[in-house]
Amino acid sequence: MLGYILRRVLQVIPVFFGATLLIYFMVFAMPGDPILALFGDRTPNPALLQQIRDQYHLNDPFIVQYFYYITGVFQGDFGVSFSGQPVSDVLARTFPVTLRLAVMAIAIEFVLAITIGTISGLRKGKFFDNASLVIALVFIAVPVFVLAFLAQYFLAVQLGWFRPTVGAENGWNDLWLPAIVLGLSLYATSMRLTRASVIDTLNQDWVRTAYSKGLPRRRVIPVHVMRNSLIPVITNTATNFGVLMVGATVTEGIFNVPGVGNTLYQAVVRGEGPTVVSFVTVFVIVYVLVNLFVDLLYGLLDPRIRYAK
Amino acid sequence: MTTANRTPLLSIRGLTVAFDSGKTSRQVLHGIDLDIHRGETVAIVGESGSGKSTTASAIVNLLPGTGHVTGGSIVLEGTDLTSLTQPQMERIRGRDIGFVPQDPMSNLNPVWSIGFQVKEAIRANGIATGRKEVDRRAIEVLQQAGLADAERRLHQFPHQFSGGMRQRALISIGLAADPKLLIADEPTSALDVTVQRVILDHMASLTAEKGTSVLLITHDLGLAAERADTIVVMNQGEIVESGPSREILENPQHPYTQRLVAAAPSLASQRIQARAEDRGIQHESDLATTEPAIVVTDLVKEYKIRQGSFRSERFRAVDGVSFEIPRGHTMALVGESGSGKSTIAKMVLGLEESTSGSILIDGLNVGRLTGKEAFALRRRMQPVFQDPYGSLDPLRSIGGTIAEPLEVHKVGDAKSRRARVAELLDQVSLPQELASRYPNELSGGQRQRVAIARALALKPDIVVLDEAVSALDVLVQDQILQLLADLQSELGLTYLFITHDLAVVRVVADFVSVMERGKIVEQGTVDEIFANPAEEYTRRLLDAIPGASLPLGAGAVESGA
Amino acid sequence: MPSDQLSATHFVAPVKNTEITVDAVRIDAKPSNLWRDAWRDIRSRPTFWVTAVVVFVIVLMAVWPTLFTQVPPNNNCLLANSNGGPTSGHPLGFTFQGCDIWSRLVWGARTSLMVGFLATLIGTVIGVVMGALAGFYGGWLDSVLSRLGDIFFAIPYILAAIVVMSVFSQNRTPLVLAFAIGGFAWASTARVIRAEVLRVRQADFVTASRAIGLSRFRTLLTHVMPNAMAPVIVVATLTLGAAISAEATLSFLGVGLGSSTMSWGLDISQAQSSLRVAPMALIYPSIALTVTVLAFIILGELLRDALDPKARARR
Repeated sequence: MLGYILRRVLQVIPVFFGATLLIYFMVFAMPGDPILALFGDRTPNPALLQQIRDQYHLNDPFIVQYFYYITGVFQGDFGVSFSGQPVSDVLARTFPVTLRLAVMAIAIEFVLAITIGTISGLRKGKFFDNASLVIALVFIAVPVFVLAFLAQYFLAVQLGWFRPTVGAENGWNDLWLPAIVLGLSLYATSMRLTRASVIDTLNQDWVRTAYSKGLPRRRVIPVHVMRNSLIPVITNTATNFGVLMVGATVTEGIFNVPGVGNTLYQAVVRGEGPTVVSFVTVFVIVYVLVNLFVDLLYGLLDPRIRYAK
Repeated sequence: MTTANRTPLLSIRGLTVAFDSGKTSRQVLHGIDLDIHRGETVAIVGESGSGKSTTASAIVNLLPGTGHVTGGSIVLEGTDLTSLTQPQMERIRGRDIGFVPQDPMSNLNPVWSIGFQVKEAIRANGIATGRKEVDRRAIEVLQQAGLADAERRLHQFPHQFSGGMRQRALISIGLAADPKLLIADEPTSALDVTVQRVILDHMASLTAEKGTSVLLITHDLGLAAERADTIVVMNQGEIVESGPSREILENPQHPYTQRLVAAAPSLASQRIQARAEDRGIQHESDLATTEPAIVVTDLVKEYKIRQGSFRSERFRAVDGVSFEIPRGHTMALVGESGSGKSTIAKMVLGLEESTSGSILIDGLNVGRLTGKEAFALRRRMQPVFQDPYGSLDPLRSIGGTIAEPLEVHKVGDAKSRRARVAELLDQVSLPQELASRYPNELSGGQRQRVAIARALALKPDIVVLDEAVSALDVLVQDQILQLLADLQSELGLTYLFITHDLAVVRVVADFVSVMERGKIVEQGTVDEIFANPAEEYTRRLLDAIPGASLPLGAGAVESGA
Repeated sequence: MPSDQLSATHFVAPVKNTEITVDAVRIDAKPSNLWRDAWRDIRSRPTFWVTAVVVFVIVLMAVWPTLFTQVPPNNNCLLANSNGGPTSGHPLGFTFQGCDIWSRLVWGARTSLMVGFLATLIGTVIGVVMGALAGFYGGWLDSVLSRLGDIFFAIPYILAAIVVMSVFSQNRTPLVLAFAIGGFAWASTARVIRAEVLRVRQADFVTASRAIGLSRFRTLLTHVMPNAMAPVIVVATLTLGAAISAEATLSFLGVGLGSSTMSWGLDISQAQSSLRVAPMALIYPSIALTVTVLAFIILGELLRDALDPKARARR
């Protein structure tokens, strides 16, 4: 197990530096004035321009710039946003809201995916299975922003079950609509994975051996099928996290949830390049860390790794 | 005691089983009648597709996929198992009928400890209650199955056990509740030969001690004869012959059984005497005049194996091996898994580089050739591999596959290549139409023939057969071995025959080298080694051949080749 | 061990007249291999034909828009028509700016398909090359390429595309957008094909080809790649659906193509503000987008089922 942990951590290091370097490279190693380009059609005030230029050490060679940036990251300094505020302050303020939203969305996703996926897998080919597969395909095909608008229009505006936007009141109870939208956009892939995993496990020899011992179905399914089939679903949350982050950006924007995603959304829509770059970098770092965490969790769940010979 | 007084423990009458695919139903068992008496061991013998495993699964209602019983009765001590509800069947399983499956790795759940899976069986069948009792019983059962240090083993996981240990765990699970009948479905096919014997011996003594009846499913007639009181021979969903095992072996009456007995390598050993005399080799000295086709001297292959995350160890797969193969003859390289025999095959074929030592093919040192010379040498030796389902490119037609060596070495033009393919298909007794077909339309044996045809395309002198018949059914195996023998005498081929099955060696080889863990333990002519094995390991291997010790009656030998 | 008291009867089944043939060759009516079987399977499913028709119509819209509408999508916007309902010649009504909804729908297909197709092409080509080399040659090449793949995989491709398009704000052509999406989406294709190449590489027919004398590279090209392509087809089709969705999302966020181009995502974004008053201006392009993406995803799933070797064994 220790070897596994060490290996995973070692693998993360080049990925961490590589990914942040890649983003930095895309922005700053291109020909032309990257700062002006980032501002797009807008003309920023010269003082801010100078501040940002200093911040990015644009007179130094590229690799030095990156070095300054990355040491800043390790000290919690992610640069300055368009409005002049330090990004880390913005993050501190908006992070709790997004955390609430993400937790709710993931909970909805898991509950739906695991129950529907398991039942579908156990009843492969029957009506429930076919129906849930079709519905899942539709949810995969509908882009998250379309889903958000349709939900907003039908559930909030027409039926009035929720408030169409969230705004300042953003406690657990107020986030239902965006959480449902985000959860639904994620649930389809997880549900299909659960289903495939259940079907695959049902075909394994040890399930038949379990029955041959005289165990009843109500024991074989949870102990010998579910325990095994849930492992891939859990590890999949790591890769799904990227989809979650993009979905959160769009959902928070449309429903005006004052979270991290919304800040990125506003920055993108308004063409505020530097803020976009800072926030995307933060997202990528979070993604890498979440992947590492889930990998380690997987090591705990699979005895073949935990008690490696 | 007369048989009339003893009602059988299990009585099957007219059992029919079918599998559904879509709207059609395919019957696979066509009326099976079978009796198992108390304390008796019955073996069902058959090739793949014979229905032997299906019969076993039907008894405990664990047919795979869409299988179901369509008719007949299975009576266990007065109760018809086919009429039971699910909960009733669950009570019978484990308690009255135990099951030992074939593959030890895939039949144990990797995420639960061995102890957990054994205790499950104990608790479910009401053998013990309360944690201490259950634990005690679990340790007892594992010890009985031959697992030393059972208390510590309880907490370990399947991947931490060797194959033999896992099989013992499965046996202990099957016997945990002291069932009246134990069904063992090819319980040792996935294990090395020496381990097989130990485990089967152990299982036999356990069941004899408890008076358990055993239904043993196997494809190996020799094994069945050795372990069972009664043999039932099945073919294509029907029983073709059944009776006391000695009688079946000595006096098989149905033509299918006769062929099975004739083809079983462990029992067919006596045929060789005749062949050897035909070819005039009785002793090694006869060959002083033939030059060797292959000379291997002090061959060594070392690998670096990663241990854990950072260290790496040197592992000697082949440790100073030397042998010679005279032209036109067959040398068998025998060993269990991990003995290094396949590695030697790859080095002889030039597919892997040796760490040290030399391989001389007709005097040419394989390790010291230039690219062009090595390429030319390839025409002289070709392989046939073990897995018939992986040895042909699924996207190439049969004709394309056989012609590939000709294309690569730029032999002839398209027309002459087509003619050569036709000639080769003929030589391996396959119909001409197959040239435009694809591998997935062929059976395993037929694919091996195509692989042989491909190997012969360039008219090589040497053919390296790496477990080439190990994955085939007994009758098909016999056919292929016959084909190989005919081709050898027709074309003067030299064979390097790699196998783990000593019984096959007797049928097919002139010389044999026995390998253990990278070293050659003993070498000599087949007759010498089989008659007078000098080394302990060789003796163990010979003893492990199922059925080798059984005396053959006149009937079997006559019906042979 | 054998006991005389047990079943002493020796039963012999009646011998049938037919010779016992061992391993008889059975030749089916038509030759079959993976691709032929897959085609036979897929063309028997009605869903395939429905999807194929939908895809055909959408491609036709993209290639030949004037077949579907005579109204130019941008030039004809009269504010007087703002949010108007359907009239003759304008079957779906007007947007907030008075543009014909149906016309914008038809012309939007071209953008979506063009960007989607280019992005998929770029992503698949890069992914296949990287994955195949990594899987086949192994060793340090595999380590380097896999690490590279991990790095690109760590950046969710939509976020990466956002960054790229923000940087290239002066230069928002379809080609740039395609590179922005495809240039990061290749990592998952690479993983899939690397796994497949690893699997095929173990097979004996690959070793047999080497034993014949075929060079490693030619073995990769002629034996390994054709057998590893099946999942690539599936992934490419699914990627096409994802790329179309990505383009729409980026356009919606304002970092897609320029505002003068036709894009369903852009239309949805512009219809946002008048959602309460005129929802159809948002709903129609949403439907078009969903149907298109759904069609490709269903196609990808059908292909996956048809090419699945386990399913083949059952047929």
